[in-house]
Amino acid sequence: MTDGQFGLFGTDPWWLVIGKAVVIFGLLVLLTLFTIWWERRVVSRMQNRIGPNRVGPQGLLQSLMDGFKLAFKEEVIPKAAHLGVYWIAPVISATAAFIAFAVIPFGPTVSVFGVETPLQLTDFPVSVLYVLAIASIGVYGLVLAGWSSGSTYPLLGGLRSTAQVISYEIAMGLSFVAVFIYAGSMATSEIVVAQQPIWFAVILLPSFLIYVTSMVGETNRAPFDLPEAEGELVGGFHTEYSSLKFALFFLAEYINMVTVSALATTLFLGGYLAPWPLSLWEGANSGWLPVVWWLIKVQLFIFVFIWLRGTLPRLRYDQFMKFGWKVLIPAALVWVVIVSIARLFRNDVALSNTELLFIGAVIIATLLGGSWLLSARANRKEQRRLDAEAENARRVNEVLTGAATGHPVPPLPGQRFEYTPRRAAVTTAEVSSSQAIDADAEEDPHG
Amino acid sequence: MNGGAVGTGEAIVFWVSGTLAVIGALGMVISRKAVHSALFIALTMINLAILYVANSAPFLGMVQIIVYTGAVMMLFLFVLMVVGVDSSDSLIETIKGQRVAAFLLGVGFSILLIAGIGNGLMETSSTGLDAANAAQGGNVEGLAALMFGPYLIAFEVTAALLITAAMGAMILTHRERWMPKRTQRELSQERFASGAHPGQLPPPGVYARHNAVDTPALLPDGSTSDISVPEPLRVRDDIRDVDPAEIDEVRQLSADTSVEDDGR
Repeated sequence: MTDGQFGLFGTDPWWLVIGKAVVIFGLLVLLTLFTIWWERRVVSRMQNRIGPNRVGPQGLLQSLMDGFKLAFKEEVIPKAAHLGVYWIAPVISATAAFIAFAVIPFGPTVSVFGVETPLQLTDFPVSVLYVLAIASIGVYGLVLAGWSSGSTYPLLGGLRSTAQVISYEIAMGLSFVAVFIYAGSMATSEIVVAQQPIWFAVILLPSFLIYVTSMVGETNRAPFDLPEAEGELVGGFHTEYSSLKFALFFLAEYINMVTVSALATTLFLGGYLAPWPLSLWEGANSGWLPVVWWLIKVQLFIFVFIWLRGTLPRLRYDQFMKFGWKVLIPAALVWVVIVSIARLFRNDVALSNTELLFIGAVIIATLLGGSWLLSARANRKEQRRLDAEAENARRVNEVLTGAATGHPVPPLPGQRFEYTPRRAAVTTAEVSSSQAIDADAEEDPHG
Repeated sequence: MNGGAVGTGEAIVFWVSGTLAVIGALGMVISRKAVHSALFIALTMINLAILYVANSAPFLGMVQIIVYTGAVMMLFLFVLMVVGVDSSDSLIETIKGQRVAAFLLGVGFSILLIAGIGNGLMETSSTGLDAANAAQGGNVEGLAALMFGPYLIAFEVTAALLITAAMGAMILTHRERWMPKRTQRELSQERFASGAHPGQLPPPGVYARHNAVDTPALLPDGSTSDISVPEPLRVRDDIRDVDPAEIDEVRQLSADTSVEDDGR
């Protein structure tokens, strides 16, 4: 960038750029190995077990060994697989997971071998949007894996993951808007600096909560791990994958966890800035020390991920989608409007106290009116339900003969079909019993 | 660009991304599977986005990926996978004269495109993106100033058009309900109130000598459970009898263990 706005970004010598990229790659792989172990240990503790504790101190090398084992396993590729796409899918997934980290700030400007450089691979005016963009490319990995396996469960898992990630990305993007308005920038490094006196998690709490919810949905983690719901879809999109390709999906999932946690840290928890009591000390926000604060905050989010997995049961799919579209997105929209109005008043409009009181009164009146309207609507809805029930009760003993109205029609709720015996051998008693079962099956046409 | 000078880095990005974008465009037309076409066009879109970023339009590049690659193409893929358009389309012309018309339209469009771009390059003097971006203090700020300034009406009208299209889609797929949707709670209450078996039916009994599905399960009191046998067999009265000695044994066992069960 030649903006001058981004000072030291883009001025690194080539060896430093490569060095930073390699360090980020190594860090992500190490964090993945650590997170897998950490997750297994924490979940074990939550379930009154011990967890892996044999390989290495406290079992720390367990995930490394598991990785080796996974890589040397036999690879099974289904005959019906679409080979090219089947090969590329895990690569897309893992690549997208790695490159999203390029814009995450780990710390302030430091000196590396005499070169002043920010602890961040790169930054540009829309770097938060870059993370969103890369996340949406990453979904291709899951969808293509599902499709190319040539098998039903992976296809369903892949479709679920598309629907899920697109839905939750909207809520996620909307939760960023308030941060952008307050920081006055979409660049990660500037957003961190803008949180100098107070974190955005405090002043923009609703945004923070919406982001934390949608980031769990975005990473396909419990309780939103519907694309890989074992009880329904075997393993979801990666059912037909084995060996190293499966390992790539595994790696991508854990790196995505770290990425969304790092983004949450950057946008809402002040990035690498020291937490409150420590921030009083001058040296806390300079040099290499901030990397420690950053790491602690990210680990905090990862712990929350693990905690959720150990605590909550999986949601039903329709409830999950309803939650995303009918709760998270409207809430995010309303909050964005509130933030924009508040910001406008603070910046451009000078108001007297009387005017402010008047505006407050209007808002409260609107809210009261709205709640009255809502309750009236709820009453009407209840009345409709009772009417419908009465209607069904009236119909309950009606028998619908096949073509009473001259044309065969399906039964209305409450009506039942006249049973047509298909075999002469069937006795009357059996007819009535299977009739009851037919009526059960027809009772609820929408499941 | 200022004075038309192109840096080495930019040249490399252009030749790599440009080549990939063209390959994607060709692949999209050539490939026989609908899903492969969709993937090729996604490749083109991503490479165009990279070119936008390289040309000092980072916002456009990112939005291109988020909106087109991430949402629009994804929905296309979604539909292709659900509908299962797997087999290649037949190459026989279905509309008479379609190829000639397509060829003529293509030639016309290329002439239009070349003329437009040529005109832009020759006639109009450009200030360069760097200067344009700097005018408002940045790429995003410059776009915002245009979008919410001179082009506000056009922007809002487009938004209204999109909303109308979305509403239309919703109306087309709308389904009238006969009655209010029953909640999970109401369904479960109904299930219990009806007096029928509320859960899954018990599975058939499996014993050392009979593990076929016509063997009824034994209840803890030793009686057999007819509903554990699949309905077709039940209707034909094809339920296997269980040896009364076995039933006695079970009854004996449950009597023996009942005290311990209470203790737990």
